[in-house]
Amino acid sequence: MSINVEWQRSDYSRIPYWLYHDPDVYAREQDLIFRGPTWSYLCLEAEMPEPGDFRTTWVGDTPVLVSRDRDGSVHAVVNRCAHRGAAVCRHTHGNTKVHTCIYHRWSYDLTGKLIGIPFQRGIRGEGGMDEDFDKSEHGLQCLRVACYKGIVFGSFSQTTEPIEDYLGPMMCGHISRLMCKPLRVLGYQRQRIHGNWKLYLENLRDTYHASLLHEFLVTFGLDRATQKGGVEMDARHRHNLTYAHAGSDSDADAKEAYGDQQLNSDKLTLLDPRLLEFRQEYDDDRNLAISTMFPNAAFQQLNNSLATRQIQPKGIDAFDLIWTYFGYADDDQDMTDHRLRQLNLFGPGGLVSMEDAEAIEIAHKASRNEPPDATTVVEVGGKGEISDRAYRVNDVPIRGFWSYYAELMDIEPEGAVR
Amino acid sequence: MIAVEARLAIDDLFADYGAHLDADRLEDWLELFAEDCVYQIVPRENVELGLPVTLILCENKDMLRDRIVSLRQANEYSIHTDKHLISNVRIKGKAGDGYAVEANYVMYQANNEGNGSLFSFGTYVDEVVFADDGPKFRTKTVIVDNWSIPHMLSTPI
Repeated sequence: MSINVEWQRSDYSRIPYWLYHDPDVYAREQDLIFRGPTWSYLCLEAEMPEPGDFRTTWVGDTPVLVSRDRDGSVHAVVNRCAHRGAAVCRHTHGNTKVHTCIYHRWSYDLTGKLIGIPFQRGIRGEGGMDEDFDKSEHGLQCLRVACYKGIVFGSFSQTTEPIEDYLGPMMCGHISRLMCKPLRVLGYQRQRIHGNWKLYLENLRDTYHASLLHEFLVTFGLDRATQKGGVEMDARHRHNLTYAHAGSDSDADAKEAYGDQQLNSDKLTLLDPRLLEFRQEYDDDRNLAISTMFPNAAFQQLNNSLATRQIQPKGIDAFDLIWTYFGYADDDQDMTDHRLRQLNLFGPGGLVSMEDAEAIEIAHKASRNEPPDATTVVEVGGKGEISDRAYRVNDVPIRGFWSYYAELMDIEPEGAVR
Repeated sequence: MIAVEARLAIDDLFADYGAHLDADRLEDWLELFAEDCVYQIVPRENVELGLPVTLILCENKDMLRDRIVSLRQANEYSIHTDKHLISNVRIKGKAGDGYAVEANYVMYQANNEGNGSLFSFGTYVDEVVFADDGPKFRTKTVIVDNWSIPHMLSTPI
């Protein structure tokens, strides 16, 4: 199976629509991206603090079981019994000494080693398996695991670079800032969006849309393109960080810039403004910092709402988005209440974020079965070189996403910009 | 023993609740809440884990008003029509100066091309108080059984 892409531009400023809708592309993404030389977000260590704690998740279409062993080490394995391919663990989370498949009760220890086969030698010398069956050859497939600043990452590649190198200084810096103290997990929100997973990865890299689609941000002055901010990427341009600084513009600046966009900010105010209150928690005054890690996660701070987002593709036409919200273990009740109040901004019903699902679904719906030369246009913030921008009206990191995607998928154009 | 009049009034309150939402009368729907109300939509997953994260949390009527203003003027969302079916209303007893009431709900959603699907189902766990102008929700907790929200959550459940 190979894929032939007729790129119109080598800088990824034109993306063919069919790449979002093709089953062969999707199958190849599983092999070359999710099971390829990447690291994926699996969960937080704070979700599995005790020996025996486990969680199940997905890396692409592959079911993954993450467990904490008795010695405290974290292990990730493919959640698929070596016998007949059934999911070994059916729960989303829990605590156990051993993982046992319900189908024929094959059991595995917390590292994925096969430790028990019922009736392996049959009953009274009859049935069972031949003597040459070696349990040690039939454990669960192991992923490489790295725990960095309390986040558990997994990779199917034994040779890919260490997690710190994969993330690079920019992502390591942002994750270190967000994960600066022990966490307290506050809960989950999940949604299923009916669009191709790449549309969401692009959405997270598109600063241009933020203050146009999400009118709440502009209307109430939470985040405007006139604020000081921009985008940063890692050296390979596969991850990105969007940031902005609170209070770095005035209502007058915004009104002038948004002139014909009918800014509502002089007529709308919240009756309960606590929703927008920003309590500075870090050394800098950034009130918005959302980083996105290739291929399946984002790490978010908006004011005092902190979360990870995990993207789980569910075929060409859908993906699940899982929001894991947290505070810090030393938060007092007032701070916890404040974070819970600001949850209203995010998630499937977030006053700021609800539009993303709609934007992705209408983009997906309107671009099916287009000819190979039908493309999107990605050149806000300029064409050519892919690099950081110290301003907000740009979608350059989308081109960064595609440049690394094309490299992994082995579909780079001649003279590809990286 | 719950007075028949109170029981009928609570039934009417639930009927109005569904009817206002289905007709996009959010401003009328708002008036079914007491001034010191709490309205929240909670994934059952978090309820079972004992975790406090909600999908929507309005800690007072002003926060509800803010959400309605935002939906009307500052949000873009799927163009849809809702249909609430509310049943199994159980008045569990007196709670403070009101009643503890639970009910099941099912909510279908249709898009503007006429295609519909089951959008949400779950349980309302409420406290109903009687004001001068009739019964009001003082607290309303929507516990969503299918907590992976299809598409997005815009208008209330």
